[in-house]
Amino acid sequence: MSTILVIEQILNGLQFGVMLFLMAAGLTLIFGVMGLINLAHGSLYMVGAFAAAAVAGATGSFLLGLIAALAAAALAGALVELVVIRRIYNAPHLDQVLATFALILIFSEGTRWIFGSFPLFLDIPKALSGPVTLPGGIQYPLYRLTLIGIGLLIAIGLWALIERTRLGIQIRAGENDREMIAALGVDISKLYTFVFALGAALAGLAGALVGAIQSVQVGMGEPVLILAFVVIVIGGIGSIRGAFIGALLVGLTDTLGGVFLPEFFKLFMETGAAQKTGSALASMGIYVLMGLVLIWRPTGLFGARA
Amino acid sequence: MRTFLMAVATSALCATAAAAEVKIGMITTLSGGGAGLGIDVRDGFMLAMEQSGRDDITVVIEDDQRKPDIAVQLSDKMIQSERVDIMTGIIWSNLAMAVVPAATAQGVFYLSPNAGPSALAGKGCHPNYFNVAWQNDNLHEAAGSYAKGAGYTNSFILAPNYPAGVDALTGYKRFYGGDLAGEVFTKLGQTDYAAEIAQIRASGADSVFFFLPGGMGISFLKQYADSGIDLPVVGPAFSFDQGILQAVGGAALGVVNTSQWNKDIDNPTNAAFVETFEAKYGRLPSLYASQGFDTANLILSALETADPSDADAFRDALRAANFDSTRGDFAFGPNHHPIQTIYAREVIQEGDIFTNKIIGTALENHADAYAAECKM
Repeated sequence: MSTILVIEQILNGLQFGVMLFLMAAGLTLIFGVMGLINLAHGSLYMVGAFAAAAVAGATGSFLLGLIAALAAAALAGALVELVVIRRIYNAPHLDQVLATFALILIFSEGTRWIFGSFPLFLDIPKALSGPVTLPGGIQYPLYRLTLIGIGLLIAIGLWALIERTRLGIQIRAGENDREMIAALGVDISKLYTFVFALGAALAGLAGALVGAIQSVQVGMGEPVLILAFVVIVIGGIGSIRGAFIGALLVGLTDTLGGVFLPEFFKLFMETGAAQKTGSALASMGIYVLMGLVLIWRPTGLFGARA
Repeated sequence: MRTFLMAVATSALCATAAAAEVKIGMITTLSGGGAGLGIDVRDGFMLAMEQSGRDDITVVIEDDQRKPDIAVQLSDKMIQSERVDIMTGIIWSNLAMAVVPAATAQGVFYLSPNAGPSALAGKGCHPNYFNVAWQNDNLHEAAGSYAKGAGYTNSFILAPNYPAGVDALTGYKRFYGGDLAGEVFTKLGQTDYAAEIAQIRASGADSVFFFLPGGMGISFLKQYADSGIDLPVVGPAFSFDQGILQAVGGAALGVVNTSQWNKDIDNPTNAAFVETFEAKYGRLPSLYASQGFDTANLILSALETADPSDADAFRDALRAANFDSTRGDFAFGPNHHPIQTIYAREVIQEGDIFTNKIIGTALENHADAYAAECKM
């Protein structure tokens, strides 16, 4: 196992982590600020990918596709908040789970109704395709490097928005005491719609960016949704910083575990069996990580409330 | 739950009802991520039913949502309240294992248009179970045989970590015979293959074999093409069927894959099938559609000579397989699985459409490895 391979795998883990962050950031904001468990977050990821594939397919421009993904997901998010979510803020969590699960089904079958059952085509833009050679002779796809860059920029932007702007103060205040900030004259329902649309837009952007290297198909959001929940539980619910650290931890654990656990078992087992055992354990890796973090810090790494 | 009751080719002028109505139950995947396969099987099947012009056959179609528990419920309902004579339609091996043994034990005929788990081909074979598609290992064995013929001696092989994935790598190795640069089991449903592609790059392999059906294959091929690795890729047809090739795009061009069917197999049945399918549904058929079409025609041919109520006669009529298959000659082995030729195909572009072209034969008149274990 060469150093080059190790570095390449660390980059892969980082790339996976920052894309997870885009999903988890919206989820943790919505959960933290509104106290809402939104299972339909994965559907917004799918909406972004389909919007990008449709627009990029029609116009030939990946950038227009990205803009369409942001707009479509934000719009879908705002619409869902106004029509459905607004009515269930005070409902028990089980009702919220039920309602947002219904939204998953509606989004999935609606998407199939519009786009059909077959996966759509969305390609990496020409300018970003192919590998580049990094210092040390590592061949790494340019598009994945770009994804890492975009993810880090958005993380910084979100941090600035939450920590340095008036809107961020309102969001943080809403997280702590929604009645008090309503009493102070902040239009709380507008704030909620904005936060929901922002979270949706981030999910849609992640869907579009990842859609270019994966399969744009109905149901693509749900596996990512589960990982995003793991991320926000590890990071601490409501914490953007927690979501960022959690996403990187999950990304690195999942990628490196999948590669190095089978190698580890090969030291004392025969190859086929080592592969099977190693990859079976690797797929549990992030859940073991979550368990350990929760034993150490029951509210997650950056969870505020005890 | 949606139920489509379709009386095939209803004729308004028909005054007298046919003596014995035949009822066929189809459980297949029509919603969720794997719906493309089920829809193709259903469309191929219904096309053949329509072309037969028979009005005494009722087909009940239900959606299993790719969930074994739902498939079992649907099958109980079809057998006990709908009283179907014949069942078909299941796409996925784990669903087939949940439904088929119970259905055949209750005296229903089951004809598989897709799933071919090894358990049902070997010790678990049943006189009322027929597989019209392939045994699961077949296309992988053909890929191994092709790789051997192409002179590859150091393959990197990967498949998801579930029974069909393990069967796939076993099947490939059974006919390949060279060294392995690496053998990797991925997670089922995995969408990012960066880690595996880095391993391929570092492994010094001379070829790559993969079995990643559906969306997993789309993701892998796109990422592989973008990685700049230039090794030849071989795989079974499941990642290169007509439904998903358009989503992979140029990344699949030139890849060799193995299939028992392709649209350019030269026989009149196949030519007519491809033409009528495209005319009716506005898209090219996939191998799944051809399997649905063949399954329906096999049933129709058996109904010509026997009625399902006479189980022994109907079974013999099915076993005779006296119908025109889209694959040319069609024959069953002793365990009711096909003995057939498997081709090597290459992905090509025809205008805007990506499709496959046969470039050679991978395995001739190939039977499966489990037939000897079947006692019936």
